[in-house]
Amino acid sequence: MRLFRTIQLAFKSLLLHKLRSGLTMLGIVFGVFSVIAMLAIGEGASQQAQQQVLSLGATNIIIRSVKPPDDPAASQSSSGGRGGSVQRYGLTRADYKILEETIPNLTGSGLVPVRELNLEARRLGQVTSSRIVGCTADYLEMNHLAIAAGRFISDRDNFDMANTAVLAYGTAMSLFPIDNPIGQSIQIKGRAYRVVGVTQERTASAAVGGSLSGQDFNKDIYIPLSTLQSLLNSGDVFSRILPGSFSAESVIYNQITLQVSSIDVVERTAEVVRETLERTHDKKNDYDVVVPLELLRQAEQLRNIFNIVLGSVAGISLLVGGIGIMNIMLATVTERTREIGIRRALGARQRDIVNQFITETIALSGTGGLIGMAMGLSTPYVFAGGKWILKEFILDSSAAGSEMGKMFLGMEPVIAVWSLPVAFGFSVVTGLVFGVYPARAAAKLDPIEALRHT
Amino acid sequence: MKYAARLINLRKHYQLGDHEVQALRGVSLDIPEGDFLAIMGSSGSGKSTMLNLLGALDRPTSGQYLLRDRDVSEMTDDELSEARNSLIGFIFQSFNLIQQYTVLENIEVPLLYRSGTTSISAADRQKCLLLADRVGLTERLDHRPFQLSGGQQQRVAIARALVNDPTIILADEPTGNLDSATGEEIMRILTELHDEGRTIIMVTHEADVAANANRQIIMKDGVIASEGILPGNKRVRA
Repeated sequence: MRLFRTIQLAFKSLLLHKLRSGLTMLGIVFGVFSVIAMLAIGEGASQQAQQQVLSLGATNIIIRSVKPPDDPAASQSSSGGRGGSVQRYGLTRADYKILEETIPNLTGSGLVPVRELNLEARRLGQVTSSRIVGCTADYLEMNHLAIAAGRFISDRDNFDMANTAVLAYGTAMSLFPIDNPIGQSIQIKGRAYRVVGVTQERTASAAVGGSLSGQDFNKDIYIPLSTLQSLLNSGDVFSRILPGSFSAESVIYNQITLQVSSIDVVERTAEVVRETLERTHDKKNDYDVVVPLELLRQAEQLRNIFNIVLGSVAGISLLVGGIGIMNIMLATVTERTREIGIRRALGARQRDIVNQFITETIALSGTGGLIGMAMGLSTPYVFAGGKWILKEFILDSSAAGSEMGKMFLGMEPVIAVWSLPVAFGFSVVTGLVFGVYPARAAAKLDPIEALRHT
Repeated sequence: MKYAARLINLRKHYQLGDHEVQALRGVSLDIPEGDFLAIMGSSGSGKSTMLNLLGALDRPTSGQYLLRDRDVSEMTDDELSEARNSLIGFIFQSFNLIQQYTVLENIEVPLLYRSGTTSISAADRQKCLLLADRVGLTERLDHRPFQLSGGQQQRVAIARALVNDPTIILADEPTGNLDSATGEEIMRILTELHDEGRTIIMVTHEADVAANANRQIIMKDGVIASEGILPGNKRVRA
């Protein structure tokens, strides 16, 4: 009851100077707001990273073929001055075999090899450039794709080298804008393929580091791996004629995905894989092992660093707000010396004066904290609004596609629930800490001098 | 005879730079209950120092100040606060109301600092309303000091001084900032309080104001120069 009264009277004193109290409060408002907003941005980014990593499969180990940097010695020896070169690199059948035989802890799906090509697909008048993915039946599950209609590539298709194709949602939309693609045929490099299924739409995954750049699963066409390999000239060589030069590269598999039986053995197994490939590839840098679980760990570490950095920046703004409060409270004490004298004459102890001024300071900073919290809660909406304005009025599509634009448009702040009480608590503590000195200064005034003060 | 306050050889010295200022040089004074005492004197006479000591705002250098039965001379700061709160009612020349509070809230201020009690009860509130009525401010309970005339403000201060039923009422130039008509009004209230049996000590330099008291002392150079009933005294207590 007494506390309630004290707080009520504190607000009365603060309301006496509305503008001053409001301005003083702003420091805390923005401090708390920025703490919550910063942490929300960090939390959003880390959740996105986690989702992306998890969509790669936490129990997966992904080995990708990487085109080694052009080594002059190597290219000379292979080109031989015949006007063209065939660059051989990446994962081979031997790799596949040795991995299949030696790596422990694999699940039933085991190893899923993939060969990818970027080619045009045609159907009647429609042409679209797609990523042709030669794969096996297990590809679907390992990449967390889902079938929207029909079926996926089956083991039987691979055995038969069947000319079947499964379209990703985006491809299906551009090749078959109106009619149902199932059962129809499309053409790739002059060969016809029967469409047997369509996968569900899926948002593109952003780059997660290593060689695994962002993947847009929506422009894929899946065909049996065996069919794709038979399509390539002389086995595995894919040739491309560019103006003024001829180049060909030979890659057996672009990617082999291993799925292990449990999360606990992922890192151990990945180590074995690395050692094995190091031996067979003789330290040639033509492959890369990506372990989503490791990326997840890295992402978590990164988030912690991110949170600490952003949190401290926001914390500094709280500190500055606190100093602002102290400054104003000191001025208030001077200005209200007479009032302090009156209260002391009427029986207020030093303790009562200290309590009064600390209560006022906390009321000020706490109110600021509440307002800041409300503003912080609106962060996601503010962001959504900002993005909308950016898209609609300010940026044309090319600017929105720039790195900065992408970064901003890609931000999805998520309020970290714990940040609300923490930020509010900080605002109260700020009031307490920065209120103590002015309050003690007020209490220490000599009542006689204070009463005489004009 | 019961005493509201007793001063026994009270001295107060200040250190001002190198030399010592003897503001009070041995003052002895008995103030019986129900007394209405006026303290007069020119500036520098020790009048203000005397007022500060009487108001328990300060401690004497030597000597004793007994307020009711309690020795104020040796009190700690907290005890002095408690004594001011429960034993003394202040009325100041410049009213000294708290600007952000309403009339009613101003009257309640001493209640906030009572020892032992934690809140303002309904009975307390009733008492404040009675006091406001007593000084004729029932219509203005929600007004803030700047909305009141000087006389009204001083009446709020009187109500505030009475709220804790003090042993003595200490009035420092209560009419100093008021015109003579309003001043007379305030003096009438003080006289009424005296008639009810309250002990009043008033500091003033105006003889005709001091004449309202039933006893006057005149301070000079830190001692009581003369004491007695001045000519023109209207009231003599039986």
